[in-house]
Amino acid sequence: MDIHEYQAKELLAGFGVAIPRGGVAYSPEQAVYRASEIGGARWAVKAQIHSGARGKAGGIKLCGSEDEVRAAAKTLLGKRLVTHQTGPEGRVVHRLYVEAAVPIEREIYLGLVLDRKSERIMVVASPQGGMEIEEIAQRSPDSILREVVEPAVGMTAFQAREIAFGLGLTPAQVSRAVTTLLGAYRAFRDLDATMVEINPLVVTADGQLLALDCKMTFDDNAMFRRPNVSELRDYAEEDPREAQAAEFGLNYVALDGNIGCIINGAGLAMATMDMIKHAGGSPANFLDVGGGASPDRVAAAFKLVLSDSNIQAMLVNIFAGINRCDWVAQGVVQATRETQLQIPLVVRLAGTNVEEGRRILKESGLPIITADTLAEAAERVVAALKSSEAGRRSAGNGQP
Amino acid sequence: MSILIDEKTKVLVQGFTGDKATFHAREMIAYGTKIVGGVTPGKGGSTHLERPVFNTVKEAVRETGAAASIIFVPAAFCADSIMEAADAGIRFIVTITDGIPAQDMMMVKRYLFRFPRERRTTLVGPNCAGVISPGKAMLGIMPGNIYMRGNVGLITRSGTLGYEAASQMKDLSLGITTSVGIGGDPINGSSFTDHLRLFEQDPETEAVMIIGEIGGPQEAEAALYAKEHMNKPVIGYVAGLTAPKGRRMGHAGAIISAFGDTAAEKAEMMRLAGLTVAPSAAELGTTVKAALKQRPAVAR
Repeated sequence: MDIHEYQAKELLAGFGVAIPRGGVAYSPEQAVYRASEIGGARWAVKAQIHSGARGKAGGIKLCGSEDEVRAAAKTLLGKRLVTHQTGPEGRVVHRLYVEAAVPIEREIYLGLVLDRKSERIMVVASPQGGMEIEEIAQRSPDSILREVVEPAVGMTAFQAREIAFGLGLTPAQVSRAVTTLLGAYRAFRDLDATMVEINPLVVTADGQLLALDCKMTFDDNAMFRRPNVSELRDYAEEDPREAQAAEFGLNYVALDGNIGCIINGAGLAMATMDMIKHAGGSPANFLDVGGGASPDRVAAAFKLVLSDSNIQAMLVNIFAGINRCDWVAQGVVQATRETQLQIPLVVRLAGTNVEEGRRILKESGLPIITADTLAEAAERVVAALKSSEAGRRSAGNGQP
Repeated sequence: MSILIDEKTKVLVQGFTGDKATFHAREMIAYGTKIVGGVTPGKGGSTHLERPVFNTVKEAVRETGAAASIIFVPAAFCADSIMEAADAGIRFIVTITDGIPAQDMMMVKRYLFRFPRERRTTLVGPNCAGVISPGKAMLGIMPGNIYMRGNVGLITRSGTLGYEAASQMKDLSLGITTSVGIGGDPINGSSFTDHLRLFEQDPETEAVMIIGEIGGPQEAEAALYAKEHMNKPVIGYVAGLTAPKGRRMGHAGAIISAFGDTAAEKAEMMRLAGLTVAPSAAELGTTVKAALKQRPAVAR
């Protein structure tokens, strides 16, 4: 789960990380009020969307007067920001963060990640802040400092000092950096984060260390014990179909193809998508119905996948272990009838109760194309899509 | 032989009396697994599936002499159950539970390292389908009938893709010594490499197939290990060529977030290390069969 910059800053500030003064705004009037509340003569008005690289996309405006703050807020609110992280469809800005602009002397990169190699929390830092870590890794890999944290002890002050001195900070700045590092680590650990990024961490003209941009990502599996974090979830930032899927206990990721997929198991789902591509088609989604899928859950998955208007064919691939093919078949028949499905449907069943499942499909009298193997399933759905496309072209109408 | 488990392994079920555990315990018993009892705190002294229930793992080990355990405990309490089993002297644990917080797994792995190597517990999972030595014993939730006994070792991150591989092999009359599902989480109890090592030592295993997916460094590490330490042929496959960057594909660990995380990069690293890579998920069985044919005359 991701949260907004201003939310990450509030959380980190609670762990002793110093941040510039700022406040959230939902309207131009509120933005001006925030600016006057903060005081000073220069402010940054920052679009709050779940993406980095907002500055390059025009999502951050520096302002020298309250009129400029109002104008910036007017421009940004409701605007669709496109960054390389949002994809071409971009994200609409609903919230702003107004912050005191600070005179910057130096920019530092600071990140904490769950490192899958050491299976521990790792601190990554570089004196080359302000650009993304991938870019730093490419341009000056030797500038990157790393420390792995021993989980039974937690991050130690000496590790924080080693990083701070390694970044070339002055002794006075080092003690501030140690506070920042230990605070960021405690936030990571106590809030079940999987990533904390402060980029840039800036040294101001008067020698302060401030977190200028912050990003936090959390472990979905741990949110049951972090109610104060999970309430920060912003559904406006998520694909509505993915949120709907989660309610049914389904795992759904929207993609840009036209073959809808319903599969059990994440690995088989990915492999099936790959097979569709291999056969010359393009998957419209990833969907894992999970184990023990009831007919109702299968039907819900069907409707969810069909709500994507790009879908022109459907593929169901179930290798039942905990699942039962007869239940899946019942769900497929139920959903096909309820949705009055007009597009080709290919179903491949294998595993527990497969004979019963195939019988249900056959006896339904519905025009369901069946397949026995993974290869057949992928080939048949791509072939069915092509022939229905040809049919539609000759009939001269689109999909109902 | 097989690795990790056989028909003699005495097994406990933790979270024994829950619905899922009950269902799968029945299946495992029917398959021939030697389930000697179970643990559900507060239900000690009762009997379930004609086997004794204990309050603690220590008590269960003392009374039954169990050496292995399969865990169905809910995610919030699962890390504690794993550590309890390790502390009680259980040397092999399979954790089926999905959704354990990553930091809990970090703690579990740290905890397991407090034991000296010769007494250290091997953990398979979490978020996996389990382990099966076909015809001998099953510690998991897989449909046992799709596995045929034979000479190929199988290690997979995904459960259902493992089923796919096993059934493709069975259709070609290729059997399996042991199939290990290491799980789809970012932090696994044991890795591809841990089990490759065991398969290399197992006299009955003639080739090993590893089935990976996007995310994490494990497949690359395994490929390197196979290149440097294995004489038996290793066949690889990586799912997720079509997966977009930065999106979690169902499994908590299946996300492309760093260099080397994509399916194409992993498959390429496998090829560079000399592994045979299955060109598609429909050719898992045929690729193993071809590799077995090509294999140099008895490399053991």
